[in-house]
Amino acid sequence: MLEVTGLRVAYGGIQAVRGITFHVEQGEMVALIGANGAGKTSTLKALSRLLNAAGGSVRYCGKEISALEPHQLVSEGIALVPEGRGVFPRMNILENLLMGAYSRQDKAGIAADSAHVFSLFPRLEERAQQLAGTLSGGEQQMLAIGRALMSRPKLLLLDEPSMGLAPLMVQKIFEVIRAVAEEGMTVLLVEQNAKLALEVSQRGYVMESGEITLTDESSKLLANPRVREAYLGE
Amino acid sequence: MIGAMVALTVIKLLAASGLPVFVIILVALAAAAAVCMAVGYTIERIAYRPLRRAPKLAPLITAIGVSIILQNLAMLIWGRNYHAFPPILPTSQHEIFGATITSLQVAIVLIAALMMTGLIILIHRTRLGRAMRATSENPPIAQLMGVNINQIISFTFIIGSALAAVAGLMVSANYSIAHYYMGFMLGLKAFTAAVLGGIGNIAGAVLGGILLGLIESLGAGYIGDLTGGFLGSHYQDIFAFFVLICVLIFRPSGLVGEKVSERA
Ligand SMILES: Nc1ncnc2c1ncn2[C@@H]1O[C@H](COP(=O)(O)OP(=O)(O)OP(=O)(O)O)[C@@H](O)[C@H]1O
Ligand SMILES: [Mg+2]
Repeated sequence: MLEVTGLRVAYGGIQAVRGITFHVEQGEMVALIGANGAGKTSTLKALSRLLNAAGGSVRYCGKEISALEPHQLVSEGIALVPEGRGVFPRMNILENLLMGAYSRQDKAGIAADSAHVFSLFPRLEERAQQLAGTLSGGEQQMLAIGRALMSRPKLLLLDEPSMGLAPLMVQKIFEVIRAVAEEGMTVLLVEQNAKLALEVSQRGYVMESGEITLTDESSKLLANPRVREAYLGE
Repeated sequence: MIGAMVALTVIKLLAASGLPVFVIILVALAAAAAVCMAVGYTIERIAYRPLRRAPKLAPLITAIGVSIILQNLAMLIWGRNYHAFPPILPTSQHEIFGATITSLQVAIVLIAALMMTGLIILIHRTRLGRAMRATSENPPIAQLMGVNINQIISFTFIIGSALAAVAGLMVSANYSIAHYYMGFMLGLKAFTAAVLGGIGNIAGAVLGGILLGLIESLGAGYIGDLTGGFLGSHYQDIFAFFVLICVLIFRPSGLVGEKVSERA
């Protein structure tokens, strides 16, 4: 479904992503793990066209998307939950969700999907009129995921959904991610929390200093001594 | 200023045509709005869009530059003289609570209220308004939602320009005068009113405008007494800036602007 070949990202003269190649198949959840500054966020930003790649190709459903405008990706079926959530702080929860459905016109479908999001995150329904800027970090993460689902994406890109959250909240968020994936969503999950990411995903890539250094089935990566030492703290 | 000048030109052209006053005003308004929208769109395209990724100071300086260019262009077209607003409007006076108010002023207040309501509905109740707010809060994230931010920003400039055209016409009708430099002080005071109300709050801006007007009028009326005759009523402009400075120091979020903490 997603085929990335030789993707490079540079900030000025500094190469943050040095020609990485990976793919995500339809219905799969793939984890991309790596330490701080490995280039994970840069990769997702290039995929979602918020950054211009310095080279390489990105094919999505057989179509080259590396020259599209960022606002064109939603209608292709790609949604990003950005690092740091990126909710609209001065809009309430409902308005944030409606922004997620901006590319759609079907009123009935939008209403059904916001009901679905509320069933995934009942916390959001209780607070539907609250300004997003006043939500807790966990609630904002729920909102960011819910908002991304509102566009009915085929491919969901998640950038560190566990960042800054208490263990219980992380668990809750990951339950939902797992549920969404089980409904058939294709997911590319970027995480620092390698253990968590490898437990929910089928395959994983390990990224170090802008390069992919290791890839395997997630269960095998979990057992890999190199991974255990570097990312699982053993 | 451009709105007022265009409207004035149209009114002068049509004044002798024998058309009903109402029609003349509407045509003038339409022409003023159309010209301002075109100018607003063009300015955004050539002066702001290239600065989308520039530091925040750059568009601010550009704004000053653009306003100087526009004023000088207007001076070339309409000359440096004051233009009298043709006395085509009926002016009946009414007394309300001891204050004299003309029917024109009543109309101005009603039109302003109408524009405020329309704008609030647009910004807060429509899909387009949501996209405008999203774009102002976080452009890249708005793009991820599928918002074509260039389109939205252009549209915002067009709406703002149309509103400015109406405002310009109302001001020149009220004071029966228009000239190429009228927009400068008006712009500063409009900004002060918006800051006083709380930037981003439409009803707040209107409230700020009313308060500022009252402060100025009352201040100008009593400034002679207050300073023992040292300053006269022609110093009325100092009140606007006094208010601006006070708001910025003591209540930067404005009177009704709410502070939203932005948690990361
Ligand atoms: N806007 C920028 N300008 C310059 N360098 C940048 C910029 N953004 C990121 N970088 C650099 O690119 C490299 C990769 O950053 P990136 O944010 O992609 O890492 P990451 O893997 O997402 O890290 P983390 O896990 O901490 O989020 C880092 O060395 C970072 O300093
Ligand atoms: Mg990151």
